[in-house]
Amino acid sequence: MAPEVVALAEALLDTMRAHAGCVGLAANQVGADARLFVLDVGGHAKTRSYSGVVVLANPVLVEATRWEKGREGCLSVPDLTGDVKRARRVIVRGVIPGSGELRVVEADGYEAVALQHELDHVDGRLFLDRVAGAHALHQRQTYL
Amino acid sequence: MTVIGRDRPGIVAGITRVLAALGANIEDSTMTRLRGTFAMTLVVEVDAEADQLEASLADAAASLGVKASVSPAVEDAGAAPGAHHVLTLHGADRTGIVAEVTALLAQVGGNITEMTTRLTGELYVLVCEVDLPPQRDSAIVATEVAQLGDRLGVSATLRPAEADVL
Ligand SMILES: [Zn+2]
Repeated sequence: MAPEVVALAEALLDTMRAHAGCVGLAANQVGADARLFVLDVGGHAKTRSYSGVVVLANPVLVEATRWEKGREGCLSVPDLTGDVKRARRVIVRGVIPGSGELRVVEADGYEAVALQHELDHVDGRLFLDRVAGAHALHQRQTYL
Repeated sequence: MTVIGRDRPGIVAGITRVLAALGANIEDSTMTRLRGTFAMTLVVEVDAEADQLEASLADAAASLGVKASVSPAVEDAGAAPGAHHVLTLHGADRTGIVAEVTALLAQVGGNITEMTTRLTGELYVLVCEVDLPPQRDSAIVATEVAQLGDRLGVSATLRPAEADVL
């Protein structure tokens, strides 16, 4: 895989770590045209499964089960949150930049939700595209 | 501005067509059907006084059978910081449920940002979004809400609804 993809992945990891509370970032959120995201839910209070640092190019959702509605926000949509239905158990497949190896990630709970959020970003979609209804959009509180 | 009247197809289109023609920009709004009544509340940015805008809407409102009122919007100082919660309540209908529940929330400094109630037959359902002050122990408030529910003979639950920011 091209070295610029490896460099982009490293830049994404740096940007993600520079933002407190940010657990994932997709390339197109920083204006880069690549099907690539990084994710690290370690240390988050809601984390159930933890797959370590996940860096995947050309990611694909292989399996999604246990659908539940939850409230979601996004760094790219600062003032709003929305109620969105997401699978609480997923299998995601993608390619590791650099080695080019295939990686399969199985995740539960918060990590599963975060993976689907990033997969959406890769497809150019936001949680706003999945909001459950007209009254499922909310003003985001600044309190953390 | 608020628009309210007997529900029928075309209310939103009829009102917003006038607003668009005036160059008015609809910012935040919420619209809902309550029984047979349709109610809209809108924050509109327009280069006109409130009474001028209301007069401009009079014809469209009359032909749609709705009442449109306009008043100057308040400056949004932003909500006080708070932890977001959702309160849900359901049970046999009786007078005073909303008054009792909201009195409890007000007493603990909770700020209600959204609320919906529905009465279907004998079943009363209330869902309310409330921001609790950061220093308030939400587990204690949740217990008080549950106890109040018991006293009212309904089931009442308060749970945190913080969004996962991803
Ligand atoms: Zn996002």
